[in-house]
Amino acid sequence: MIDQLFTEAVLVGILASGIRLATPYLYASIGETLSQRSGVLNLGVEGQMLLGAFTAFYITFTTGNLWLGVLAAMFVGLLMGLAMAFVTINLQAEQGISGIGFYLFGLGMSDLLFQKMLGTVATVSGFRPIHIPWLSDLPIIGKILFSQNILVYGAYLLVAVTWFVLNKTTLGLKIKAVGESPQAADSLGVSVSRIRYLTVSVGGMLSGLAGASLSIALLNVFQQNMTSGLGFIAVALVYFGGWRPFAVMGGALLFSMVNSLQLWVQVLNIPIPSDFAVMMPYVLTIIALVITVQRVRPPSALTKPFERGH
Amino acid sequence: MFSNKIKMILLLVLVALLISACGGTEEAATPEVFKVAVVMPSAINDLAFSQSMYDALLGIQTEMGAENFEFVYSESMFVVDDAAAAIRDYASQGYNLIIAHGSQYGSSLQEIAPDFPETSFAWGTTVDTFGLPNVFAYEARSEEGGYVMGVMAAMLSESGIIGVVGPIETGDAKLYVDGFAAGVAATNDAAQVNSNWIGSFSDVALASEAAQTHIGAGADVMTGTAQMVVGAVGVAEENGVLWFGTQSSQTSLAPSIVVANQVYRWEVVLNEMIELIKGGTYGGQSFLITLENGGLVIDYNPAFTLPAEVTEAAGAAIDGIIDGSIKVTP
Repeated sequence: MIDQLFTEAVLVGILASGIRLATPYLYASIGETLSQRSGVLNLGVEGQMLLGAFTAFYITFTTGNLWLGVLAAMFVGLLMGLAMAFVTINLQAEQGISGIGFYLFGLGMSDLLFQKMLGTVATVSGFRPIHIPWLSDLPIIGKILFSQNILVYGAYLLVAVTWFVLNKTTLGLKIKAVGESPQAADSLGVSVSRIRYLTVSVGGMLSGLAGASLSIALLNVFQQNMTSGLGFIAVALVYFGGWRPFAVMGGALLFSMVNSLQLWVQVLNIPIPSDFAVMMPYVLTIIALVITVQRVRPPSALTKPFERGH
Repeated sequence: MFSNKIKMILLLVLVALLISACGGTEEAATPEVFKVAVVMPSAINDLAFSQSMYDALLGIQTEMGAENFEFVYSESMFVVDDAAAAIRDYASQGYNLIIAHGSQYGSSLQEIAPDFPETSFAWGTTVDTFGLPNVFAYEARSEEGGYVMGVMAAMLSESGIIGVVGPIETGDAKLYVDGFAAGVAATNDAAQVNSNWIGSFSDVALASEAAQTHIGAGADVMTGTAQMVVGAVGVAEENGVLWFGTQSSQTSLAPSIVVANQVYRWEVVLNEMIELIKGGTYGGQSFLITLENGGLVIDYNPAFTLPAEVTEAAGAAIDGIIDGSIKVTP
């Protein structure tokens, strides 16, 4: 029974769908990595994703323009990020609680807009897989890596860009300094609130994009609460990856691959109860989380509002 | 902390609110109007479970006239505690019938119903009325339509592999899938039904990936149940894979590949309940929607050309189930 899993078609299927499923997690968790590196925990990711998903869907549905949908989703995510930044930085609200508030806002608002503006579940023709000459025709590798849509490629590119920004630029240095020791950064003339505004808004923008990758690239539908906890998994993946972009990507891929593995386990009628199969990715995440948390330390100023002279 | 002035203002506001609230209840509705309130787990336009109830109530309203039949609803009540609060609120506002449309609301109803003996409650899908005199129960024999769909799916599949995307292996989802598999097996015992239970009623992304997996495994016909399957329907459409829907009609989502839907028509049982309530019976009975009583309807997509022998086989299966010559459940 188990040996059925190790055929070419199944392995290609698991890897290709793992890469695809990881896309929304990547956008959201890379955005979250940026904001946590600067010391702000944003638990509103799920809400930002839902509003982004609805906006992208609605704009694409009415105008037929996919890129306009992407831009609008990013813009809405950006606004949500700015609001989150205002609440946590200027008003110094407790980050965890206000994040939950933004989540609930996004959940309710996206549902309300969906009911009022669309009224029913509909479909759009979203981003199609791109055929890259030669590369897409490669055996096995072509099907796994080079038969995906543009937002999938964008997500992996984003990981590299974020790694570069965090580790090779002055901006990255400032972000990390603000997250580790805001007092020291402040005394050296770095504006703590400006850096945090930047990371939280960019984080929101990327969460909006994560929503768009669901509603107009992977699924091409919008339904109420369609993210169903995906945004919270994205936050967990940031801890999982120890706040390092490539490790976060590894976590996202692992989680998604195990998820697609369990789908195959059921389809191949391997006698494991479906409830256990569904649990697999989550159990694995918790185990990996326990192991990584022992090794890596979070940014020292995470969840701590900054006030001059304290 | 508060000055006396602020306290006074607060008191005045409270009194004003109280007065206006009392004012609201005075203009009670005329007693002839039959008032229904319904609490649903997802949105009224989910193309699935909740929509089936909403459409039924809308149908009854059209039939009886808006002046004789009113209904209100609370949708997206996935939090059972919130739903329980809503049920209690509706009960205290004097609705004739309060429907808790979801098996997760059962224990709340069991607790609330005895406090309002003059109000009738209904819940589903189940057959359990808790032995309470003011609780009705309703259930869909969704395995019957599932069987008919299975017969058609087996005839239409060329690869002999059929994929099923389900939420959690329980309730009417399990009934439907079991019936579907039985229909396939009865028609072509070489055909294979692969089931995928994704563990969620709302994870559209996982439902869509489950559909990708079925297609990867060679499926050329699929079906699925619950509101997250819209993700799977999208994937089916992209890949030209045929789809069978259930609960509500999903034809509008993908007119090119939806073959047929099993549609729940709760009006059949709701009308019976309404008659009983008007006659003074507030509960204690359970109802079924079946192919026989017209509560389950096979709704064909007019845009999909179905070979004549498939339509005939489906018709024969429906007749067989109704006259009892076909036993769906083992």
